[in-house]
Amino acid sequence: MGIRIRQGTFSHLPELTDDEIKAQIQYGLDNGWSISIEFTDDPHPRNAYWDMWGLPMFDVTDASGCFAEVAAARKAYPNHYIKVNAYNRTYTKQTTALSFIVNRPADEPGFRLDRTELNDRRIAYTMHSYAADKPHGDRYETNGS
Amino acid sequence: MAGNGSGSAKGTVTGEKRWGAGVIPYATMGYYEPDYVPADSDVLAAFRITPQKGVDPIEAGAAVAGESSTATWTVVWTDRLTAYEKYQAKCYKVEDVPGNPEQKIAYIAYNMDLFEEGSIPNMTSSIIGNVFGFKALKALRLEDLRVPTHYLKTFPGPPHGIIMEREYLNKYGRPLLGATVKPKLGLSARNYGRVVYEALRGGLDFTKDDENINSQPFMRWRDRYLFSQEGVKRAEEQTGEVKGHYMNVTAATMEEMYKRAEFAKEIGSIIIMIDLTIGYTAMTSMSNWARDNGCILHLHRAGYATWARQKTHGVNFRVTAKWARMSGVDHIHSGTVVGKLEGDPAIIKGYYDTLRDDFVPENRANGIYFDQNWASMPGVMPVASGGIHAGQSHQLLHYLGEDVVLQFGGGTIGHPMGIAAGAECNRVATEAMIKARNEGKDFMKEGPEILKKVAKSYPSLQTALDVWGEISFNYESTDTPDVVATPTSAG
Repeated sequence: MGIRIRQGTFSHLPELTDDEIKAQIQYGLDNGWSISIEFTDDPHPRNAYWDMWGLPMFDVTDASGCFAEVAAARKAYPNHYIKVNAYNRTYTKQTTALSFIVNRPADEPGFRLDRTELNDRRIAYTMHSYAADKPHGDRYETNGS
Repeated sequence: MAGNGSGSAKGTVTGEKRWGAGVIPYATMGYYEPDYVPADSDVLAAFRITPQKGVDPIEAGAAVAGESSTATWTVVWTDRLTAYEKYQAKCYKVEDVPGNPEQKIAYIAYNMDLFEEGSIPNMTSSIIGNVFGFKALKALRLEDLRVPTHYLKTFPGPPHGIIMEREYLNKYGRPLLGATVKPKLGLSARNYGRVVYEALRGGLDFTKDDENINSQPFMRWRDRYLFSQEGVKRAEEQTGEVKGHYMNVTAATMEEMYKRAEFAKEIGSIIIMIDLTIGYTAMTSMSNWARDNGCILHLHRAGYATWARQKTHGVNFRVTAKWARMSGVDHIHSGTVVGKLEGDPAIIKGYYDTLRDDFVPENRANGIYFDQNWASMPGVMPVASGGIHAGQSHQLLHYLGEDVVLQFGGGTIGHPMGIAAGAECNRVATEAMIKARNEGKDFMKEGPEILKKVAKSYPSLQTALDVWGEISFNYESTDTPDVVATPTSAG
């Protein structure tokens, strides 16, 4: 019994279908944004650097081309978190404009909140990612796999 | 005031006429210069003036220029010890207000030497310090300011700004969502933290202290911070996303505010909050603190309507918003269009543009009197709060865009299925509307249908739609200010 990680633009909606993912990619491309894919086995909210699935696709201008990379990433990392980002390089923006999860592990173990009780009733909180208890490569293994 | 309607002197005089002891019209002293071409480095102001009966509007405009810069009521010879032409503000244009012959718009240019670098208090003391009590004017309203980039660059601006806030929160492509804890007065700290936890775990990004929650007998600040932070961290554990509670550090003294802010930081809060009532100096000090300590700074515009709401007198909120961006806040309440505190959509768009954009062009329909170049100063996240709910998601997106914090207080906490369900329905509705917009749907038109459809999978949303109703008002038909007419105001 785990949790559902609520990161990304659409994490409170049902999982997007492949066509819905393509439509979001198309929206990014129509805005002149570049699409990139990232994956991780440590979804800690402060993990800023998921691994890059290649470079941002600066020169890919059709959604199906971008989606082919989503499919390839899913095949290579079926039990990882994978997200699609759209990046806006416009002057005075130069930041991510859209970012949503397109793949999750079958079971998301979630986090444990560790509390260190300090003096004067203060508590120091640490979020512990259960998945990170195992080494890279051994996380999110389902029974029998 | 000098030259009370006397012959509308329209030219600067010299020699004995200028410097003889006594009282002469401001317009003849150099405060009305219709041929003056404002320099790029000048501060420009647009004042709505309502002169008393019989007072020449040009003299009134010149008087405002004079009294907000070097002049006093009579000629003083000591002006001649200075390069007074530079320091005199100049009324360079007086414009009619169509349909309202009583009022004029007076444009005034100020040399930027008149203002201390990086000081909103100094700028406000000059421009709005004395002139609003002028007997010869029935009313006076500062409509807009053009701040030259030369002067703007002496202000550090928001401690983080919209882009840094989003990168820190790891939240992109949708409005951020919040709720003010209710009831705003009376909850004990432990009960208060419960509301924080439920709202955040249900799907909101932020919860908020209200403006008048400081440290009262029923709940002292330190207890509130501790329980609220427990709620924040528990919600992060449940959702795996970054959350925050705006800890209001507003207090009677700077020393006390620093103390509370330090404690909020120490226990891990990512955001603190101040009220506009603390004043521009205190806001700027807290901005510096927030920048140094990595806390996002939320500003509640408590009290602004006392000077911003009347059409004829006071300071328009777009000017207050500008001062807030310069002195440096990350969030500021700026109106909802559709909520309980209604404001004209075009005027509110002008406020939002002023806070968010890097270049805001003159646009009278939105109440913007001057081009404003922000010279890359980070944008401020506007906050829409007061009587909004999930059923309005399409309108909120249409009017306010996605760089905004939507605060659903009653719309979260008043949900019949509980606070977490209330939070969930707001998040689901917002995400569904963004998704539909990105898919190319006419979300403003199809909004109610989009919500109805997604509500089939989310009882929390269906319940909200049942309770608060679908929104059927057509806000497009609301009066919008015509290009030069007096805009309605209520931000």
